[in-house]
Amino acid sequence: METRRDVFQAIADPTRRNILAKLMQKPQNLNSIAEQFDMSRQAISLHVKILTECGVISINQEGRERYCNLQLEKLAEVADWLEPFKKMWEEKFNRLDDLLNNLKTN
Amino acid sequence: MTKTIITEILAKKKLKVVRTFNASRELVWKAWTESKLLDQWWAPKPWKAKTTYLDFRPGGYWLYCMNGPEGEQHWARADYRKIVLLDSFEGDDSFCDEEGNINHDTPGMRWKVNFAKIASMTRVEVEITFKTEEDLKKIVEMGFKEGFTAAHDNLDELLIELTSK
Repeated sequence: METRRDVFQAIADPTRRNILAKLMQKPQNLNSIAEQFDMSRQAISLHVKILTECGVISINQEGRERYCNLQLEKLAEVADWLEPFKKMWEEKFNRLDDLLNNLKTN
Repeated sequence: MTKTIITEILAKKKLKVVRTFNASRELVWKAWTESKLLDQWWAPKPWKAKTTYLDFRPGGYWLYCMNGPEGEQHWARADYRKIVLLDSFEGDDSFCDEEGNINHDTPGMRWKVNFAKIASMTRVEVEITFKTEEDLKKIVEMGFKEGFTAAHDNLDELLIELTSK
C-alpha cells in the first residue's frame, strides 16, 4: 500500500524516529540497534530497510559488519520544508508584537 | 526579541508554535479575538486581512478575506468550537468563498490556541492539527507560493503606520 519513499515517510513512524535518534549519536550495526528496542530483530530490520529506501541512512560494509550511517543532508529536507511555515509565523507574531506595543502606549 | 519556537510532530500531523509576548493576557486575548485588531496583524505583508463577520462564541465563526497586492482575494473562515475565556480557544480553519461556503478540496486544519500568564507577559501556544500529512504539506507549499516569505519584514514601517494613527 504505502510505497512512498521520502524523508517524510521516514520520520512518520515513532520507531523510525527513535532509530534515527540513536544513529545521531554514532553509526551502529543492526544488532546493536535492535538491542536497544523492545521489538524483534526482524521488525527493526524492516524499519532500517525503509529508512535506507527513504535515503536518510546509508549502509557501509566494514569487514563482516554492516554499519548504518545517518544521511544528514537528506534529513535537512524536513527543516527546509518547514522554513516558510516558520517564517510566516515569525512575521505574523512580529506584527502582533508591534500591535500590542501600540495598544499599550495608547 | 522573543523567538518563535516551532516543533513539528509529523506522525501526529501536528505543528506547534510558541511565542511569548510582552503584554497582558487580556490584551493578547483581545488581539486574537476582536476583528478590528485581527485585521491589523493577521495577514502577511503586503496582504491585508479584512473581516466580513466575526461571532466569537462556540458555534460562531470568523469570515475574512486576504487581499493581495495585485487584487487577489482569498477567503477563509474559522469556526469556533470551544472557548475558555482568557485561557484557550479551539476551532477549525478552512478556505471558502465570499459567502463562507467551505472549499473541501483545500486543506483544513484544527487550531488550539492557549494563553498563559507569565508574570507581566503572555505565552501563546498555537497547536495546529492537520487531517493528513498531505494537508500539512499543502499548507506549507501554499504559504510559500503566496509570498508569505517576504525577504525582509517591514517592522519599522509597520510601527510608523500604527503610531501615526
